[in-house]
Formats: sequence, structure tokens, C-alpha cells
Amino acid sequence: MTEARRTVDILVVGAGPAGMAAAVRARESGRGVLVLDDNPAPGGQIWRGGQEHSPSARASSWFAKMAASGAQVIAGARIVDGDAKRQCLTVEMPDSAFEVSYDKLILATGARELFLPFPGWTIPGVMGVGGLQALVKSGLPVTGKRIVVAGSGPLLLAAAAYFRAHGAIVPIVAEQAPVSRLAPFASRLAKHPGKLFQAAALRLALHRSRYRSSCWAIRASETERLESVQLQQHNRVWLEPCEYLAVAYGFISNVELAVLMQCQTGAAGVRVNDLQETSQNQIYCAGECTGIGGVDLSIIEGEIAGYAASGRDDLAGNLFKKRDKARQFAAALESAFALRDELRSLADAGTIICRCEDVTRERLEPMRSWRSAKLQTRCGMGPCQGRICGPILEFLLGLHPESVRPPVFPARVETLLRQEEETRPT
Amino acid sequence: MPSAASFDIAVVGAGIVGAACAREFAEAGLRTALIEAEAIGGGATAAGMGHLAVMDDSEAQFALTRYSQVLWKELAAELPAECEYLPCGAMWIAADEEEMAEVHRKQRYYSERGVPVEVLDTSSLADAEPNLRRGMAGALLLKDDSVVYPPCVAQFLVAQAQRDGATLILGRRVMRIDGNTAKLDDGSILFSDNFVLANGSSATSLVRDLQIQPRKGHLVITDRYPRFVRHQIIELGYLKSAHATRADSVAFNVQPRSSGQLLIGSSRQFGNEEAGVDGKIVSAMLQRAFEYMPGLKKLSAIRTWTGFRAATADKLPLIGPSPGRENVYLATGHEGLGITTSLCTAKLLGDLLLRRTPVINIAPYLPDRSYAVHG
Repeated sequence: MTEARRTVDILVVGAGPAGMAAAVRARESGRGVLVLDDNPAPGGQIWRGGQEHSPSARASSWFAKMAASGAQVIAGARIVDGDAKRQCLTVEMPDSAFEVSYDKLILATGARELFLPFPGWTIPGVMGVGGLQALVKSGLPVTGKRIVVAGSGPLLLAAAAYFRAHGAIVPIVAEQAPVSRLAPFASRLAKHPGKLFQAAALRLALHRSRYRSSCWAIRASETERLESVQLQQHNRVWLEPCEYLAVAYGFISNVELAVLMQCQTGAAGVRVNDLQETSQNQIYCAGECTGIGGVDLSIIEGEIAGYAASGRDDLAGNLFKKRDKARQFAAALESAFALRDELRSLADAGTIICRCEDVTRERLEPMRSWRSAKLQTRCGMGPCQGRICGPILEFLLGLHPESVRPPVFPARVETLLRQEEETRPT
Repeated sequence: MPSAASFDIAVVGAGIVGAACAREFAEAGLRTALIEAEAIGGGATAAGMGHLAVMDDSEAQFALTRYSQVLWKELAAELPAECEYLPCGAMWIAADEEEMAEVHRKQRYYSERGVPVEVLDTSSLADAEPNLRRGMAGALLLKDDSVVYPPCVAQFLVAQAQRDGATLILGRRVMRIDGNTAKLDDGSILFSDNFVLANGSSATSLVRDLQIQPRKGHLVITDRYPRFVRHQIIELGYLKSAHATRADSVAFNVQPRSSGQLLIGSSRQFGNEEAGVDGKIVSAMLQRAFEYMPGLKKLSAIRTWTGFRAATADKLPLIGPSPGRENVYLATGHEGLGITTSLCTAKLLGDLLLRRTPVINIAPYLPDRSYAVHG
């Protein structure tokens, strides 16, 4: 049962770059701010692990601003339900639950990796890039281990560098995008202040034999534990021995909470106006949940949302130009790393698509809607609530996920009880 | 071009009732169409629990549900695994001595009619369902009650109908029926001698003055907890909830799925036609559930959803020709018993259409009694 009730001026969900920037700017504008995040420490996916593991000077500076801002942060807090009309969210903690009422809500729920299934992906050793990074961060020894990194996007390079820094051997980074798209993108990067380093890294990578463009994993050795992965580049197919295969095909916006709160979404993510306001009164959205754009865009959107939610539209407006520029970059990123059609046939008939309920592709092929797929095969009905298989089905079969129902994450049954409504009908 | 499609009978709605009807008609050799606007088994069929129950509110309700159980037992062997047929039995829980008296009355009623039942006292109930709160007065075990996963049953029945020659028209909505023509939402026309409206509370859009009200319900499903409960468990107070015709009501009702998941219910609301989850009624429903089974509190809930039961004033379905429109048959108004009575509804309509002698008296379910009552 929800035990306590809090009230706050501005409630921020998510303590990644966008959420932190929003909280800092809202505090500067004199508002009371509470930030909720379901990880053990702030930082989001990209600055995971908090201040001590701070990966860059810019991250450190935002952690410092955040600490000095006076915004209250509750880590390990999972939002399980919400009500836009009553302007409140239900929050579950490891041993308790509470409701928070807000004057304004800023959603900065970020994104998750897209994993595209292929034969053998369910054996131990095959992981999401972020998942393996998190394991290494929490102590998994990888010294001397061979890790193949495959998928798409600039983060593959960052991940490969991270694994190498922890003593792993990264024999190959397989990027599905073709060099014809990557090379112009690398040149373009150089024009963006602050991206010179990334540009140099990508250009360097493109000249290294270990970074392969138009290359992807088609099959993992179907042994008890991963021994090798079959890679394909153009017409060549070969076996690459490895202990780990880390795969990510870019990111998917986390829109579930916004949808639950009845905010409109588009193809990219939650729809927002210039001030980062959603279609719902009093609800703002910033960062990757409005569309995948990278950390720079996330921070700017967070700042705008923080100012706008505090009534400082003037200060928010000062950032519009900067945001436009960051958005151009995001668009270039999207087209450079667009997923190719061949990836739709990676999974064969017997490949599992929904891991919670063990549903294979052949059972899903005849389905005409996500609802039919759910009802007839139980795809998406397990504890991941379709977060993993939903985007896969959308990419493979063009089925669009249906509406979100509470709880938005699995929650203790008692958490679904509302605290203030003790009277019940007879 | 082949001549425009023409059928002996066209069934509107491929929920479990419509699917069962199409199967019945196709098997009997009728040229059958089955028209579904959305997903097979996607309406009330998907929203309900799938408890195949015998009930004793009235002799008519008993006859319908008991005959249905017989039909389900026959079908069970044919059902594919994904239909999750689980002959787990149902327990009606008596919280106190007053309710225990009702248990004994029901025991006599069912025994006299050949339904296998057993009365459990406080301690045997605690052994049978260890997660119930201690100190319950007892329970009535209905041994023939069972559980299915309705959307897959609907799909199975549709496939059987298709095997016997029925035509499935998916993704089209019937906008109106005039004489022997049905107009679909893409402008096309379908010809049929007869129609069956098996589209739940939406039937009111095709027949005027139909006395059916949507009665909203909520359910919660948990993660997998095998053997946490072993039977469909319902409080006897459920009957009070089910009988209330105006106020919102809740009752404790929990069901084990063969996946190990638990379904927690139930609620009944009139006058709320919004599909969204109503946190207030969910709270009331769960509070009631915790009173009977406190251990549910700490389980992990995965999802909550809602659905609409097609309710009639006298708690009996409408099965038969609709008054004044002799070629439009109704197969709706099943309230919370649509899954159970789907097979029997199909049988009775088949009997009417083919002039067979029905196994049970159909008079109590004929739609004109509803019109007579409501003017």
C-alpha cells in the first residue's frame, strides 16, 4: 500500500543528463524539485554509476551542479502508475511505496537499447552492449577475454574502448551501416564544436581493420556457452571466436510512462512543443524519450524543460538555437546509422522473439496486429511487458504496440492500492 | 468475377460466442460467414478470466451452465495446449457461519442435480488452499469447474469453423443489417439469409431497443507463482456483488493459470463506459482480495486491464430471434458467463436454425422475454 504522500513543485522522472539539467535549471529558478530515478545512482545510462565513475569533465560538472542545486534525489525509485488528471505518480521503493503530487512533471525517462534477435542469441555470453558494460562496471572480470561488439551507432566505439580499458580484447566492432554513410557523417561531426574528439575517433576507427562497416552478426555458436559468432560483411561470412558478444542496434525511446499519462507520441518519441511541453497540461518531456538525439541534445532539452516548467520561458527561449543545431546533428546521426532491411531477416522461423514467454518468429508471422500477437501467443505478456520484444516486432513485422496499462513496471500488488481511498463500495 | 458473397448465416463478432456459433453452423453444413472488426477473441473474451463455472442463481442459469460444462468436457480432449484447459475445480469460500449455511444449501442443490461437490470445513480448506487467511468457515468445492485461456479457444473454434468451410472476414465492421443484406464499413455488402449478433454489448448498435448494458470489470495479472492457489477461488459474497444492479461492487476472485500466473478480480461497474483502468475500483478490489489472501500483497503484478460484460436485467443471455426481425438472431447478454456458456449458446442456436430438438428448454433465453419486461 502507498504509505506516504509527498507534494512538490516540480517532479522530474529520470536522473540522466536531461533530468539533471532540468532539475538544476528549475532549482535556479527558485522551484522545489524532486528527482526520481530507478537506478542506484544518478547519471542515467550514459553516465551510469554516478559521480565517482564520472566519464567526462562535462559529466562531472553536471554532477557538481546537481549536488549544489538543492534538488532532492531519490534513487531506486520506480514509477509504477500515474494519473494526469490528479497530477500524481505512484512510486515503488524496495520496501515501500508512496504517491507524489506535482505542480509540473518533467519526464526524462531516456531510452533503452534495441536488440535484434538472431539464431543463438539466447545462449549465455550474448548480451546487450549496455548490459555487459553494467556487468563490467559492477565487477565482472574481462581481462584477456575476447568481446565482439556488434550492432549500430557511435556507442559501439565507446563501448569497445570501455571494454579495452578493462583489459578485454575487442577483435572486431561490427557496424551494420555502410561506409558510404559513415564517412560523410564523420566529416560532418568535425564541424560541430565539442564533437571534434568523436569525429577523430570515428575517422580513426574507419581506418582500422577492427572496425568493419556493413558488417553484422548472423548467428551465435549454438553451444552451451558462447564460443564464436558468425559475422557477415558483404558476401563474406566467417567465424569470429569470442567469449562475449555485445550487441545493440541503437536506441528506443522510453515512452511508456508518457503514454500512460496520455501524452501524444509520434514515430520518434513523445511529442513536444518548443518549450518541451507535451500534449498534456503540466507535463514536459526532455531528452531521449522525445527522440534519440544524444547527450548534447538531451542536456539542452532538459534545461529548456526546467526553465519552462518554472515559468521562465524567456530563459528557455535563449536555448532554442542551440537546440536546433543539436537536432540537426541528431538527424544526421539517425540517417547515418539507419538500420538496413537485411536485418529484418536475421531471425529465422525458430528464433525466439519474446524471451519471457518463449515465442518464436514463426508463431508471430501470421499475426496482423500486436493485440492478436499478444492474445494468441502471449508475446509481450511477461515481466518485461513487451519492452524488449515490442520494438523487435515493430521492426521485423511492422506491428505497433498497443496502449500502456498500469503498472508501467511490474509492481507489488499492494502498491496498486491507493492510499487516500480507503472507503470502498460494498 | 464470382457472384457477390451469399451465405446461409453470417455471425457478427468472433469472440468466443461468435466463434462457437460459426463452428456449430459450419459443422452442420450451413454456408457460414464470421465477421470480426478487430482481433479474434479480442473483446470481452480476452478480458475475462476463463472460468468454466456452474451457477445456481436460477434453474435456467443452472441448466445453461451445467449443459455447457458437459459440452466443455467433450471438447477438452480436442483443445490444443495453448488453450490451457485446467480442470482445477472451483471453491466458493464461506467467511462465516452464515455463509456456511449457504454452502450447505448449495451442496444439497447441486447434489440433487448430479453435480459433483464437496464441502470443506475450516481445517480441510486451510490444507487445500494454504494461502487463504486462516479461520475461514469452510468452502464448497465444485469439482467439474475448470479454466481455459479464452482467446486461444476462440482462435481454435474459428479454425475449426474454417476447416468446415466457414468464411472469416477479419478487419471489417458491420454497420447495418437490412433484410438479408449487411453493409460493412468498407462499403461492401454481404448477403445472408440469417444473421447472428455475437458482438457483446456492441449488438445494441445493430438492433434497436436492445436491453443490454456494458458492465465494466477489472482484472490484475501477476508474475508466475505456481501452486500459490490450486483452485479457482471465489468468495460467496461474490453473489451479492454479481446481483447488485446499480452500485459498483467488488468481490474476491482469484484464478491459477497453467503458466503459474494468477488472475485477481473482480469488479462490476455500471455507467462507466471508459476503457481506462479506474484506480479507485482496483484499490477496492485488491483490498477485498487481501482480506481473503494477505499473501497476494507481496506478489509482483504485471498488468491491469478492463473489459465490458454485456449485461441483461434478468442475468440470462439473449439467445434466439430478435423480436420483429426474425432473421436476426441474438447471441449476447452473457454478462460474466460468456466463456462458460459459449458452446451451449451455439448449440441452442443451431437447434433453432436447424429445427433440432434442444437438450434443454430454450424458452428462458429467448430475447422476446426481455422486450416484454422492458416494454
